Amino acid sequence: MTGASKPQFARRRPRSLSDYFYDPKTRGVVLQILVALLLVYFISEIVSNTIRNLEEQGIASGFGFLDRTAGFDISQSLIPYANTMTYARAFLVGLLNTLLVAVLGIILATLIGFVIGVARLSKNWLIATLAGVYIETLRNIPPLLMLFAVYFGVLKNLPAPRKSLELPFSSFLNVRGLYVPAPQWEAGMSVVLAAIAAAILGIVFLNWRARRIRIQTGALKPVVLPSLLLLIGLPSAAFLATGMPVTFDVPELGRFNLKGGMVVLPEFIALVAGLTLYTAAFIAEIVRSGILSVPKGQSEAAAALGLKESHAMRLVIIPQALRVIIPPLTNQYLNLTKNSSLAVAIGYPDLVSVFAGTVLNQTNQAVEVILITMGVYLTISLLTSVLMNWFNARMALVER
Amino acid sequence: MHRQPPNHASAFSANSAFNWVRANLFSSWSNTLLTLLGLWVSYFVIWSALEWAVFTAVFTGEDGAACRVPGAGACWPFVVAKFKVFMYGRYPVAELWRVNLTYILAIAGLVPLMWPGVKGKLWIAVYCFVVFPILAYFLLTGAEWLGLRNVPTSRWGGLLVTLVVACVGIAASFPIGVILALARRSDLPLIKWSAIFFIEFVRGVPLVTVLFFASVMLPLFLPENVTFDKLLRALIGVALFSAAYLAEVVRGGLQAIPRGQFEAADALGLNYFQKMGLIVLPQALKLVIPGIVNSFIALFKDTSLVLIIGLFDLLGIVQQAVSSDAKWFSPQTAATGYVFAAFVFWIFCFGMSRYSAWLERRLHTGHRS
Repeated sequence: MTGASKPQFARRRPRSLSDYFYDPKTRGVVLQILVALLLVYFISEIVSNTIRNLEEQGIASGFGFLDRTAGFDISQSLIPYANTMTYARAFLVGLLNTLLVAVLGIILATLIGFVIGVARLSKNWLIATLAGVYIETLRNIPPLLMLFAVYFGVLKNLPAPRKSLELPFSSFLNVRGLYVPAPQWEAGMSVVLAAIAAAILGIVFLNWRARRIRIQTGALKPVVLPSLLLLIGLPSAAFLATGMPVTFDVPELGRFNLKGGMVVLPEFIALVAGLTLYTAAFIAEIVRSGILSVPKGQSEAAAALGLKESHAMRLVIIPQALRVIIPPLTNQYLNLTKNSSLAVAIGYPDLVSVFAGTVLNQTNQAVEVILITMGVYLTISLLTSVLMNWFNARMALVER
Repeated sequence: MHRQPPNHASAFSANSAFNWVRANLFSSWSNTLLTLLGLWVSYFVIWSALEWAVFTAVFTGEDGAACRVPGAGACWPFVVAKFKVFMYGRYPVAELWRVNLTYILAIAGLVPLMWPGVKGKLWIAVYCFVVFPILAYFLLTGAEWLGLRNVPTSRWGGLLVTLVVACVGIAASFPIGVILALARRSDLPLIKWSAIFFIEFVRGVPLVTVLFFASVMLPLFLPENVTFDKLLRALIGVALFSAAYLAEVVRGGLQAIPRGQFEAADALGLNYFQKMGLIVLPQALKLVIPGIVNSFIALFKDTSLVLIIGLFDLLGIVQQAVSSDAKWFSPQTAATGYVFAAFVFWIFCFGMSRYSAWLERRLHTGHRS
């Protein structure tokens, strides 16, 4: 650079070509133009190749195929589905199945992960060691292998329907899945649902009031017990008041097969079990490091202030540990959601298996199908990140 | 709950052993209850594992007949009979020495590379990343001019494919990842946003869809008459996927380097490549070696997904053997195969994670402000 910024010392002269060559700004612009050209060339090459290849194979492009009749069955569906419906409907069924596995897996993995993470820190040597063995074993085995082990190794070895294993609550387990009583909702059920909603609102209000009183006066109002009472009491009261508006369609052992009830697919059980056990090992490590990250002085200070151990835990330790736990925990939730795509390997009808598998094979619309599938996962990931960043910002340490 | 790292100090004399048991296992009634629960769980797990793997297991047999006895446990002769297939796939038996030689050459390079304190890392790195890949390529695929018969990749399988995918994946993704990390921290908006777009896109989708992308869409992108080997397509997918994750690891290292280092390099008049290559990257990469090993472990586990696009890695070949070999069919064949595969994967991943932890402790002594 010439000393252009200090004109009193610089010899004013027209800038030569070499000045531009050594000017970081000019270089940056030139470099970016080169990269842009390269990207444009690359993309146009890919697009033109793809168009030509598709034409040669006689595949029409566009999203029109979504309105065509799917013509295949899906073994599990949360919404009404028949093979006469469209590919778009099949896509929705697959998406909902993916979300079902992801939500259930996240809840279970969090529960198991927290228990094992806390057990890993136990003063009891045996419990801590058992938790450590669990973590080190499960973390170091591919999740797909776990799915296969649960699915082909265990569930496919179960007896045939005729010799079903009988479980409590008139459930049956056999090679075709877990047969459980199917609840049949009757008229009064909407009242019970409304009671559940009211209970949740009540709990939110209770917490809000307790927090306000604590901040204003410092008095601690009981929260956990009333919340539990509300959550259990209100719906049960509504349930009894409306005359128990639910009956169960109980599966019965017939001559060759089970009749009635509701089937939980073995593929579903294997997927949820495999993903849960695998992810729980990672969550346990996150929980452990989160709790360890809170300095010892914090619990000592809480004790010095006269807080009970449970209060110290809830009001001092856990809020601070959560700060460390939440970002990696979010990552694990996303990993579990993405890993649910392993369903394709054992034939659970998730998004990838239904859409990028069957629909792709039937329609040959590779570009559209893969882009839609990737788009769905990308949307889930970005939404979760946005949500968690917001939550994280709320939890973050407010410094002076 | 206890918030300190538990200190289970071991003790050997009888008296202190008794005290240790009392303090760590039976200090209160709740602790005693936990201990009893733990004992019951360990008894249950260890006993059923032993019963399955040893006491009721079948150790000899020519086919699945011996394993079809009711109540029989693990079917070990199946693993013995299939061992070669699990390790090498359908690689011609007469040429197996080439695979083994490749392994030996790899170990000869990797051990000194990974051992801190060995001199001449640069030359070892040149061997590992330039010389060895060329040697390995010709050894594994064959070179007629050297008298090595061609072995098409469709005959590769088992642990060989797992190792090839994992090693090529990490070796190819490493330079891409470093470039992406540097690009993401660049001041030039176009370069920065291209890198962010790529990294966040790849990290936002599952590897399965990336592999589908590589196997279904990549052939459409290519000009006429250019076809890619199936294994190569999977390798491209895996390398791009892993590069995005590695880029984030390296970015973490770049962010940990104090600003003064960049400024000092600028003050010395170093240009961008000198600054990054001589000052920043050596420090940043040293900081993130454990992170790199961790992403290698993740990649190693993820290689099992290539079976979804029809390649036979270790898990894929075990899966094929247990599901389609009628000769060895028995109720416990599948479980035995999976336990064996799990054991192999576990040895590799656990070994690497121990290495990573050991390295972290060793590197921790360095200057880390």
